[in-house]
Amino acid sequence: MKFLNEYRDAEVAAAYARALERLTTRPWTIMEVCGGQTHTIVKFGVDALLPREITLVHGPGCPVCVTPVELLDKAMEIASRPEVILCSFGDMLRVPGTARDLFSVKAAGADVRVVYSPMEAVGLARENPAREVVFFAVGFETTAPANAMAAVQGHCLGLRNFSLLVAHVLVPPAIEAILSSASNRVQGFLAPGHVCTVMGFSEYERIAQQHRVPIVVTGFEPLDILQGIHMCIKQLEEGRAEVENQYSRSVRREGNTAAQALVCDVFRVCHRRWRGLGEIPQSGLTLQEKYSSFDAEKRFGVAGAAGAESSECQSSLILRGALRPDQCSVFGTRCTPEHPLGAPMVSSEGACAAYYRYRQFPTVESAAALRIS
Amino acid sequence: MEEFTLSCPLPMDQYPRIVLAHGGGGTLMHQLISRMFRPAFGNPLLDAGHDGAVFPLTGQRLAFTTDSYVVRPLFFPGGDIGTLAVNGTVNDLAMCGARPLYLSAGFILEEGLPMDLLWRIVKSMSRAAQAARVQVVTGDTKVVDKGKGDGVFITTTGVGVITHSLVIAPSSVRPGDLILLNGDIGRHGIAVMSVREGLAFESAIESDCAPLADLVANLLDAGIEIHCLRDLTRGGLASALVEIAREGRVAVTIEERAIPVCEEVQGACEILGLDPLYVANEGRFVAFVRPGAVEQALTIMRVHPLGVDACLIGRVASEPSGLVTTRSRIGTSRVVQMLSGEQLPRIC
Repeated sequence: MKFLNEYRDAEVAAAYARALERLTTRPWTIMEVCGGQTHTIVKFGVDALLPREITLVHGPGCPVCVTPVELLDKAMEIASRPEVILCSFGDMLRVPGTARDLFSVKAAGADVRVVYSPMEAVGLARENPAREVVFFAVGFETTAPANAMAAVQGHCLGLRNFSLLVAHVLVPPAIEAILSSASNRVQGFLAPGHVCTVMGFSEYERIAQQHRVPIVVTGFEPLDILQGIHMCIKQLEEGRAEVENQYSRSVRREGNTAAQALVCDVFRVCHRRWRGLGEIPQSGLTLQEKYSSFDAEKRFGVAGAAGAESSECQSSLILRGALRPDQCSVFGTRCTPEHPLGAPMVSSEGACAAYYRYRQFPTVESAAALRIS
Repeated sequence: MEEFTLSCPLPMDQYPRIVLAHGGGGTLMHQLISRMFRPAFGNPLLDAGHDGAVFPLTGQRLAFTTDSYVVRPLFFPGGDIGTLAVNGTVNDLAMCGARPLYLSAGFILEEGLPMDLLWRIVKSMSRAAQAARVQVVTGDTKVVDKGKGDGVFITTTGVGVITHSLVIAPSSVRPGDLILLNGDIGRHGIAVMSVREGLAFESAIESDCAPLADLVANLLDAGIEIHCLRDLTRGGLASALVEIAREGRVAVTIEERAIPVCEEVQGACEILGLDPLYVANEGRFVAFVRPGAVEQALTIMRVHPLGVDACLIGRVASEPSGLVTTRSRIGTSRVVQMLSGEQLPRIC
């Protein structure tokens, strides 16, 4: 396929591996922020091509994974009401809340629908004036413009039966939270290419400068990631700490200003609790006052609910890159995609799901036989 | 009467109700089968874990299989629930190495279903049966209250006869066997998803729904030493290979570059965050063949309309038993798992 297999070329990948071998003189730890990048690394075995001095740790960039339990519980409480159609992106349905997941709520009779775009939820609200249509607006800056557009459309159409359960989070505060942690070992970042396509990367320049850390805006194909790692290691070896743009075929420094304007019109920045990471100041989005009538938490009076995460799930360490999924004591045993204890095991961008899907061996002997893990 | 003491073997604390993924062709469905159905009905024919049961009857071997069809929407590019109901069961018989003979058809109809819609489905079943050279010889009709069904559910049961002496089953797979695939993967799943979810792609992707018995018969008639056959349905190529590797206690290695995926399917998968290895098919199968027979098998497959793009995708080794691995496009190796639950489109 055009513009796809070119970025999966084995010879070019091997050439990058050789270049990294020549470039690297000592141990370095790099975090890829986005879960999409994690999946590419694990699926294609990008880490197997790197010199042993380079350690990749997986970041918190999976919106499903970091959505706090209490918001899931709220979604399930809202969905259980007979008048409600709850619309969600697909991979949110399997994520465990305090006691159950949206799939189980659906099986018990709730009207939960998988949508591909928030505009489908707007359409459902128009078609079902007697029902309350709620869209579970999850995501980073990437999905914020489309979700903002749904609120704008709902407003323009005068829809009184449409609302959003907003769980939006922002990348830069999360990177700063990781860098500020006492146990941090990340020395360079691959920043998420699609978030930067929307937001640009000027905000990352301040972080790079303040924390003396190189940040490379990186794409999602194997060669994108190899090139991003190469650029990051080069900076580290040369003692530089700048923002560089590997994903220039999609990202400009200023980003998509029209999309940003739309997001600012609909949302304002707020404090947000992250699953596994706790509260991070100024790290989320919530609806602006003029759109507050579309706020599902207010409409259904579920604003105060508090949830509990599984005590066995170590996603707080996983999401900060402090623990690799296969180092978790319940990985693949008590925690599997069929019976997950935490969100990273079920989200399509979750690090635990990637390790389970691409690295999990039926027996210890078979892993040894392949020598991959 | 003896007291019925069988307690439910599924871990009730985890799934006290059926969820959709219990029918998804992946791990949860396998758990349901292995922990509930197999213990309840257990017998050597069922325990063979094949697409159908094969048993002797007055000197001949028969294959016997059943399947239910619940697709939504009822009509999709390249087929409908009627063609699926015939071809799906025909293919399960073909995968036993049998020549399909007779089908039964059970219809569960929802009150209010338009008669002309049912007629269209029945006509396409009739055409599909003719094309596959089987006869629908018995049937049943039930109607349920409006809202209690999804228009039409069809169950077909099939009987076929085996006229060769091979034992085609996962247990016959041997280290060294080569794995052939009859064409590109993922068309059916993407075709159904595109109409179900109203996704518009530049060119319409049609389902690959087709009867495979004729192509399989050509291979068997030529004396190709086939060890196992499996059609790729809900769980896609990946789940079929994992099933065979586990049941046959062998290791399977596939070459990602060798697996044909058409550009439209690949594009749709990239957009939706799906892996073509797990997308459904209705006219594709893998054949595990003795190495020496591969060239001849490929030649036979490629002259058949349903095998034009037939190719060699992998091989079998003895260890590690039960494991499927693939060599990725950038030259590294990874494990291929069975689909867990359902494939769900991603967020971004």
